[in-house]
Amino acid sequence: MKIAIVVFPGSNCDIDMYEALNTVCHAEAEYVSYRTKKLDGFDAVILPGGFSYGDYLRAGAIAQFAPVIPAIRKMAQDGKLVLGVCNGFQILTEMGLLPGALKRNNSLQFICETVKLQVKNNQIPFTTEYDQDQIIDIPIAHGEGNYYADDATLAELEKNNQIVFEYYQHNPNGSVKNIAGICNKEGNVLGMMPHPERAVEEVLGGTDGLPLFKSFLKSGVLA
Amino acid sequence: MKQAMTPEEIKEEKPYLDWSLTEHEYDYICDKLLKRLPNYTEIGLFSAMWSEHCSYKKSKPVLRLFPTKGKRVVQGPGEGAGVVDIDDGQAVVFKAESHNHPTTVEPYQGAATGVGGILRDVFSMGARPVAILDSLHFGELKNNPTMRYKMEETIRGVGDYGNCMGIPNLGGETTFDSCYNGNILLNAMCVGLMNIKDMEHGKAVGLGNSIMYVGAKTGRDGIHGATFASADFSKEHETQRSAVQVGDPFMEKLLMEACLKLILKHRDWLVGIQDMGAAGIVSSSAEMATEGNAGMKLNLDLVPQREPNMSAYEIMLSESQERMLLCVKKGHEEDVKKIFKDYNLDAVTIGRVIEGENYVLYHEGEQVCDIPVRSLTEDVLEEPSKEIKPQYIIDAEKMPAWRPSFESSGETLKRLLNQPTIANDQFITQQYDSQVRTNTIVKPGSDAGVLRIRHTKKAVAMCTDTNGRFVYLNPKIGGQRSVIESVCNIVASGAKPLAITDCLNYGDPNDPEIFWGLRESCQGIADACRIFETPVVSGNVSLYNENDGQAIYPSPMIGMVGLIKNTDYVIPMHVQEADDIVYLVGKTTADFAGSEVQKMLQGKISGLPEAPNLEVIHDYLKNLHKAMTQGLVTSAHDLSEGGLAVSLAESVFDTEFGLNINLSEFDKTLLFSETPGRLIVSVKPENKSAFESLLGSAVQEIGRVTDQRKLSIKLANDELNTDVASLEKIWKESISCLMKSKA
Amino acid sequence: MTTIRIYVTYKPSVFDPQGAAITDSVNSLGHQEVKNIVVGKFFDIKLDEDDQDKAKQDVKEIAEALLVNFNMETYRLKVLEEN
Repeated sequence: MKIAIVVFPGSNCDIDMYEALNTVCHAEAEYVSYRTKKLDGFDAVILPGGFSYGDYLRAGAIAQFAPVIPAIRKMAQDGKLVLGVCNGFQILTEMGLLPGALKRNNSLQFICETVKLQVKNNQIPFTTEYDQDQIIDIPIAHGEGNYYADDATLAELEKNNQIVFEYYQHNPNGSVKNIAGICNKEGNVLGMMPHPERAVEEVLGGTDGLPLFKSFLKSGVLA
Repeated sequence: MKQAMTPEEIKEEKPYLDWSLTEHEYDYICDKLLKRLPNYTEIGLFSAMWSEHCSYKKSKPVLRLFPTKGKRVVQGPGEGAGVVDIDDGQAVVFKAESHNHPTTVEPYQGAATGVGGILRDVFSMGARPVAILDSLHFGELKNNPTMRYKMEETIRGVGDYGNCMGIPNLGGETTFDSCYNGNILLNAMCVGLMNIKDMEHGKAVGLGNSIMYVGAKTGRDGIHGATFASADFSKEHETQRSAVQVGDPFMEKLLMEACLKLILKHRDWLVGIQDMGAAGIVSSSAEMATEGNAGMKLNLDLVPQREPNMSAYEIMLSESQERMLLCVKKGHEEDVKKIFKDYNLDAVTIGRVIEGENYVLYHEGEQVCDIPVRSLTEDVLEEPSKEIKPQYIIDAEKMPAWRPSFESSGETLKRLLNQPTIANDQFITQQYDSQVRTNTIVKPGSDAGVLRIRHTKKAVAMCTDTNGRFVYLNPKIGGQRSVIESVCNIVASGAKPLAITDCLNYGDPNDPEIFWGLRESCQGIADACRIFETPVVSGNVSLYNENDGQAIYPSPMIGMVGLIKNTDYVIPMHVQEADDIVYLVGKTTADFAGSEVQKMLQGKISGLPEAPNLEVIHDYLKNLHKAMTQGLVTSAHDLSEGGLAVSLAESVFDTEFGLNINLSEFDKTLLFSETPGRLIVSVKPENKSAFESLLGSAVQEIGRVTDQRKLSIKLANDELNTDVASLEKIWKESISCLMKSKA
Repeated sequence: MTTIRIYVTYKPSVFDPQGAAITDSVNSLGHQEVKNIVVGKFFDIKLDEDDQDKAKQDVKEIAEALLVNFNMETYRLKVLEEN
């Protein structure tokens, strides 16, 4: 399974994703520039965290016009795996690949801490290695992670089982329905604010992010 | 044009006095250095380059006190940052810098650009910045909404810049004292990593080589920032906002990646590289020419400008952020441009290295400056300073020592944990990304931050410490104690201390008492650095930290870095297992002068802090570190503000444990003494004899870890019995409660 | 030349944490009569286009493509007087 990690100007969790996949999971991931127009040959694409284009308009807003975006859209349509973490999630919503939007945290402050998440859907290719309703510890680090969608969209998300991760017990940013991560209807596009790539080594404080990558890699093998 | 005044008018009207250049210096420049009258641009350049901020003319004699050499020191003070060997061809690169005045005037931008500047210093050496630390000192928060606002903005500024750059914040410190009410201190430290073979220098050499400008365009921001930073601070500065620069971390991220790519992949194209920091183009270019023993010619019309009609003087002195100056080998200009183009940045040739040793500037077709380079950088008149030992210190030496008096140790501990300087600063640190780039082993909130070096077993530990109160009461002892605290923090994490950087934050050095304090405290720092074998490899001086004549405490900040050779022996600050034995390392004396308990109970500080025995402390800390590397120590925590009781409590916060401590020979007041050089450590029972035989009489067994969440301490004349949860609640909520208060 | 200003705010149904925080602090300054403050942003766009209707149409396109996120935001625009 060949994985592309897209580097936008201002991406800064690209190396974290690269190391989690290559060094820890022994997968085959490589960086691709935001200028790339084709992602042929890749089975999955990851939009890492960071501050693309400084997040100067809205987080993720400017990145949606990068040259690589049509290729990402095509991969999503073709049923390949698309994962957006933090700024990557923001970009996926700005692109319209996932519904809703991410607002500033309710506290108006950037928050970096490890939070508890509950796995609400373990049936998509990113979560099969988790138990349904499993509680996991994953770090967050964002200033605009307050998920918002209107009632109709929320009803749709619930109906289709698109809510993948919820904040458990403590909602750090004010997200509606404690939403921390959602997928598209088909389940091949996942966006999440928490950083699973920061939770893959015991020495760094925990490994609850590993099953996500294992699920992901396993699904690639089967596909 | 274009000179606002003729040389003769300058001589008559003395505009340079407003730029902090004295008449004596002006005469020296005319008579001895140039042997003619300088023009408007030239005298502007002198005033900036001869400011304390750029020239260290006041502090130089003091800085010479510091030991700067050591077997691991690759680069000491004088370059962008200090470089220290950590084996295997790798080095840590670090420096701290103050941004006190800008932060006081415009906290958000002042803090942000403080971080931006120190990052450039580090990556200009060829190192990738891997951690930021911030040492913050605010006025009291209580009944002070302005200070609370300034604190929020300062934190947001530090956070936004580092978070956007994707460089983790590994800690630092935050203290509160009314002496900082009118003058906030923001000291930012950056730690970088590099392979020693990639080390760069800020130099320009080689006839015909090009001087290239990269990064943001030049505007009128921050003009005279350097002299601004070197002038006393008063109400009228509240309107001087134009002197504060605005930061653009996104630009800096691109600039950093582009510069590192150039340095690491194409070093044969590059001769030298330097950040345009204080005093902008003039200081970076003149320093590079001086370093290379070269002359330099610049055409200011080629400098990318954001605003129209800027004068030569404005272009040269602008402190617009996110700019770097390169010296590029002739013929490689286009190659360099291409590298920067890939990051959407412009690189522009603005001049070249010339024969001789003059610094020549052209603007709008005219020569506006032609002076020897060294007259700007090296010929500055060092000013001998007067010093007087302040009367309050002489008096204190004769006064009987103050001792606290209180009923209940438990209640006193609770009140101490509620003091903002002691209380948990998660309110601040959780606004900083501490984990990005996934190397952080120990996050902020511990004695030292610890970062692993990827693909090795090594890690580096880092901390900052400022002991303004002790330095105020006795500068030399305070200076020594500042270094001791850093050493204890670094050792507590399992690391061996390597070297320090410093930010020397003081008031007006023309006040003989302040200068005396500056020299004495630096002597103290130097003494301690010699004993602990931690040379000073970089640093920064910030004088004139005064507001309406009221000086801050003399507040030297020590930033220390240590090396852990094996990440298996990173030592946590929290206890880990019930029944482990708790030891107190170091002797406890009745040392209350300048302590937190004194400030809390008396409302002020007084007395003479105890002079530490540096050799003794060094010996047992070396042994403690040895015990750690042998796996004999389970946890370790430094004793600082608040003393033993506070540290014991902190060592069980965020755990499921408690402590049962027996100090039946201790007077209850000793729980809050702040004798330096102490730690508490926990040791597994099976390691007891091995540990004790290494540490000998330096340690005292004081109790056990329990699985009950209770802190119990038996004392000679009191008994403390409190549940940990209630202590933890006070400690955790103190700062956020203050921030939310309406008063 | 036409200059058009676009104001972008959260939709009324979306909670505006910045606005709420500022309202709160204005109230605590003693201005109890202040009931709500909305925080938004504006963009002044200068176009090389003299036909105002055409300029408005261009700006609408820009706004809807980039400046506004319709999931949570709304906008209005006005033509600024030439000066």
